[in-house]
Amino acid sequence: MESTAPAIEVRDLFKRFGALEVLKGVSLTARQGDVIAIIGGSGSGKSTFLRCINMLELPSAGSVTIHGEAIDLKKDGHHGLRPANRKQIERIRSQLAMVFQSFNLWQHMTVLQNVIEVPIHVLGMKRDEAVGIAETLLHRVGLFEKQDAYPAFLSGGQQQRAAIARALAVQPLAMLFDEPTSALDPELVGEVLGVIGDLAREQRTMILVTHEMKFAREVASHVIFLHNGIIEEQGPPDQVFDDPKSERLKKFISSIN
Amino acid sequence: MPAYVPPPPRRLLEPHRIFLIALFGAIVFCAVWFLRWDWLEKYQWKLLHGIWETLFLLFSTAGAGFILAVLLGLVQVTGPKPLAMIARGFCTLIRGTPLLLQLWLLYYGLGSVFAQYPEIRHSMFWPYLRQAWPYGFTALMLSFAAYEGEVMRGAFAGVPRGELEAARAFGMSRFTTFRRIWLPRAIYRALPTLSGETVLQLKSTPLVATITVVDVYAIISRVRQDTYLTYEPLLLLALIYMCLTGILVLLFRMLENRIPSRGA
Repeated sequence: MESTAPAIEVRDLFKRFGALEVLKGVSLTARQGDVIAIIGGSGSGKSTFLRCINMLELPSAGSVTIHGEAIDLKKDGHHGLRPANRKQIERIRSQLAMVFQSFNLWQHMTVLQNVIEVPIHVLGMKRDEAVGIAETLLHRVGLFEKQDAYPAFLSGGQQQRAAIARALAVQPLAMLFDEPTSALDPELVGEVLGVIGDLAREQRTMILVTHEMKFAREVASHVIFLHNGIIEEQGPPDQVFDDPKSERLKKFISSIN
Repeated sequence: MPAYVPPPPRRLLEPHRIFLIALFGAIVFCAVWFLRWDWLEKYQWKLLHGIWETLFLLFSTAGAGFILAVLLGLVQVTGPKPLAMIARGFCTLIRGTPLLLQLWLLYYGLGSVFAQYPEIRHSMFWPYLRQAWPYGFTALMLSFAAYEGEVMRGAFAGVPRGELEAARAFGMSRFTTFRRIWLPRAIYRALPTLSGETVLQLKSTPLVATITVVDVYAIISRVRQDTYLTYEPLLLLALIYMCLTGILVLLFRMLENRIPSRGA
């Protein structure tokens, strides 16, 4: 059973910030190897949705199941849910590697130290082993020569590639990308998309919140268009981009192009 | 637009520097030639012991004070409201009154109160409580903690949220996040300020001489009483504090340089 369980399954997710309802019942299933792109205008709730998957934001209602294991949530007194089991959340988070819009590398550590930090101090890996894996990964993202540099001395594109290496180092079940190129100068977007594209072609499970429509179309196996906290339309990329059904998606696509 | 030309690197022997070095040499020559230094030999071991005492006071109070400061800063940033207010109140109280006053209140005030209770006089702590240094240590330690508590509060609050969030997103427990990310990051942010404050702490240590702790300042006072000399011992004292300050600043600079940072 375990092997056929979807990597990520989200059911009827709601999220309220006070009176503002950001997500109004969003569901998603990512099987192993799926590359799901979430698109939508700003304020559509796509980043919040992504952050609910690893409980950086706590949903108000709904369920998240990772590889067949449901995250234990219990009602808190006020308006939502909170984790029932901190250890479980920490374990599940360590299997879902996240890449942030603003990189969020730890600035007091070198690139290499950033990459080996979680394997050593969360997963309990031996240092030598972690360094070996990290060096291979840094080779992959083209930062092997920069492994002893501190993040402040790297370009945005280099920092984001280092952040991707950090995410790969935990050998994640699935990867979550939160607008990974939105904070980059235009000329640096390509190098980061190149790395993410390679990962997608390797059939790594990933959920990708992005504004790069061309890229989403190229690498995604499934595209979700989110509008005002609900899924307005979804399907394979060709269908979503070439033959949009809903007016809003048509408008959104024409405004991008 | 002309290309940017960096200014030539500073050399050791520029005219104004040669002048200053010469001036300094003249002062040293006059001090050695015209003043009396024959007492040095008699007091050299006492002086060394005094320096040791001063350094011991500095490092022990700064070390213990810093641990307390981390707690004070952390409680003010994350703690429950009542605790945060107590911590804030403590910092305000200590920073708002002179260290000399705190020292005397502890030594003459608390010390004499302790002496009135037979339970305390007969307890195992009395041999320590009747000496002066525990009061000096406590006053200096609390003072350092209060000032650094404010510094650490700012440093903790200033660590970018995104970096803490990344730690959370990768499954770090709260304690691991604190130990591996938040605390070291805050300390590196605070290092330049800590350096200055440690130098200030060094120069606060002679206050303990007023409650009979024998540090390097107390030794120099002894020299002045014994020899009726004024300038020579005081000049030497100034030189000693300057050297200690220089060493401290160098040590902190080495620490700061371990992690290069970019201007901002």
